[in-house]
Amino acid sequence: MSDSGSKTAPRDKRGLVALALAGIAAGMVGLSFAAVPLYRLFCQQTGYGGTTQVATVAPDHVLDRTIKVRFDTNVDRDLPWQFSAEKRSVEVKIGDTALVFFTAHNDTDKPVSGTAGFNVAPEAVGRYFKKIECFCFKQQTLAAGESIEMPVTFFIDPAFAEDVNTKNTEEITLSYTFYRSDDPSDVAAVPGDRTPGS
Amino acid sequence: MANNAQAEAAHHDHDDHPHGLRRWLFSTNHKDIGTLYLILSLVGGVVGALLSMGMRAELMQPGMQIFGNPEMFNVFVTAHGLIMVFFAVMPATMGAFGNWMVPLMIGAPDMAFPRMNNISFWLLAMAFVLLVSSLFMPGAPGSTGAGAGWTIYAPLSTYGTPGVSVDFAILALHLGGASSILGAINFITTILNMRAPGMTLHKMPLFVWSILVTAFLLLLSLPVLAGAITMLLTDRNFGTAFFDSKHGGDPLLWQHLFWFFGHPEVYIMILPGFGIISQIVATFSRKPVFGYLGMAYAMVAIGVIGFVVWAHHMYAAGLDVNTQAYFVFATMVIAVPTGVKIFSWIATMWGGSIQFKTPMLWALGFIFLFTVGGVTGVMLSNAGVDRSLHDTYYVVAHFHYVLSLGAVFSLFAGWYYWSPKMYGYMYSEFWGKLHFWTMFIGANLAFFPQHFLGLAGMPRRYADYPDAYAGWNLVSSIGAYLAFIGFVLFFVGLIVQFSRKEKAAANPWGPGATTLEWTVSSPPPFHTFDTLPRIK
Repeated sequence: MSDSGSKTAPRDKRGLVALALAGIAAGMVGLSFAAVPLYRLFCQQTGYGGTTQVATVAPDHVLDRTIKVRFDTNVDRDLPWQFSAEKRSVEVKIGDTALVFFTAHNDTDKPVSGTAGFNVAPEAVGRYFKKIECFCFKQQTLAAGESIEMPVTFFIDPAFAEDVNTKNTEEITLSYTFYRSDDPSDVAAVPGDRTPGS
Repeated sequence: MANNAQAEAAHHDHDDHPHGLRRWLFSTNHKDIGTLYLILSLVGGVVGALLSMGMRAELMQPGMQIFGNPEMFNVFVTAHGLIMVFFAVMPATMGAFGNWMVPLMIGAPDMAFPRMNNISFWLLAMAFVLLVSSLFMPGAPGSTGAGAGWTIYAPLSTYGTPGVSVDFAILALHLGGASSILGAINFITTILNMRAPGMTLHKMPLFVWSILVTAFLLLLSLPVLAGAITMLLTDRNFGTAFFDSKHGGDPLLWQHLFWFFGHPEVYIMILPGFGIISQIVATFSRKPVFGYLGMAYAMVAIGVIGFVVWAHHMYAAGLDVNTQAYFVFATMVIAVPTGVKIFSWIATMWGGSIQFKTPMLWALGFIFLFTVGGVTGVMLSNAGVDRSLHDTYYVVAHFHYVLSLGAVFSLFAGWYYWSPKMYGYMYSEFWGKLHFWTMFIGANLAFFPQHFLGLAGMPRRYADYPDAYAGWNLVSSIGAYLAFIGFVLFFVGLIVQFSRKEKAAANPWGPGATTLEWTVSSPPPFHTFDTLPRIK
């Protein structure tokens, strides 16, 4: 249209404004992708959505209160395994370290690898449920027809008993779902997600 | 004033006034592009309304009536939502009325980037073609079309719908998003740089304010949708696992990203409506709008708060209590600036010399219905209440009261208010009022009973329901048919308006209409404001 540059703002100023606005739009696209690692980090740090924590040492004191921890095991339909907890539940004192075992069996005549996803319910418990050792920290590979026993060492942080969101909780459910992870393209996608800390 | 403009038009007609294909296909004129957007929006509106007729016909009685495959019902629901949001309401608010009126109202000769304006329109037209073709592409196993809802939640939109229809819909949203982002940049630049001398930001008409705020919402929220649907596209086709828990992704991340866009999106649809209603209420009450600055900054406040309330769509997705408490509070805060707007409209009318012409009827209908929708919104903002109403017809009733009865009523109000200006012909009061009353009764009859269905626990997005819900569903369907007849009456009125050719004056509304568009002739000349008006 007619360029009435003398009457309105000069053309180049419009260009500058448009460029700045385009920069904002590009920045928002960037932020939406940045949300992916940030969201993961947020869940890991805060135990949000029932994300369990990783610890290296057991706590120094044990409370005189027992919590029932139940186990839930699932296998994705693409993974030809059987997977179960040796006991349906255990009673554990807050602050005390517990050792439990899970078993997995490969039904096929080929080696198959799987990785377990996990969380606890109620979700608010995530930040106090700490694992020292877990099969879910890394990928598991089972030879044809093999059965293995897999240990999990965990404790409930004594701070659990002071947080208003968790102190009335008497039962916790720890849930695992095994997914197949030996498709080459899948293996490439997994390592970053499954290092200790997740 | 009008005569001057006419003379100006005569002067310009022989210097650059393209015709035929060159005028419409390569258009760089804000008025022509506005008209193109209006046509696209009407086509989108008709398609979207026909889809809703299919849904209401199916839901009229329990059992399966017209859909052989219930998945097809979900495809209709999805397409109805996407088309109404992106191809009926948005092209009408920003595209048609924004393009037509913003340059006229601020006294600018055109938009800042006329060619970018052209590409914005054609991108959206192509997006519409892509979305409509998605209906005929393979979707969920055994059916065609994308049936994952307008929210396209993963994993329903990934594993659940292996066919390419979802990819078509995603690309349609990419194109539509690019179109809107370019449009938003264009509007902001125009409004910030091209106001006539003397028109400060605090003298701008409220409609221009509403477009400015909306453009910022588009600029900040649509790129997030673009990013999210790109992740969805690569999850579907290129083996990434952003939303796939099998490989360490998180389906909840999709919901966060989607609603970070999705909540501002509902304000993108309604804010220009607020602007239109403010102009109309002031015009037909013959009073300046009450609390101008409060009205302008209420829209800014709604826009800002709109970005920090997204998870109120996700109360049932497992947020902890403190997070829910925050989102409940933040959501309820929005009722404050919204209340400022409602009460200011009423205060504008108070003591005014009110004329109940068709645009004013639509505006009053809007205020009443939007308030109803707003009140149910405050109810739903309670996480505890939402636990039982989530994904029921109560939610459907709520958002149709604010969008179908709110945004759409504001668009019809805008049409009757501005079409005499845009095309130079007076609309027919008779058909306009008949259109209003048919649609008002029909839409209320369609959506009010859905509150009862929702309270009784009827879930959304199902093709069938137990017999207990039959009564109100029948009423709702009859209401929907009546509203559709109202829509047909709109087209009858349109034909009457353009065939009887009753000339509209430059300002048909009298002293209440004080904004700049009423100073040029009806229809305005091809080029307006080559000599910039001065605002005192």
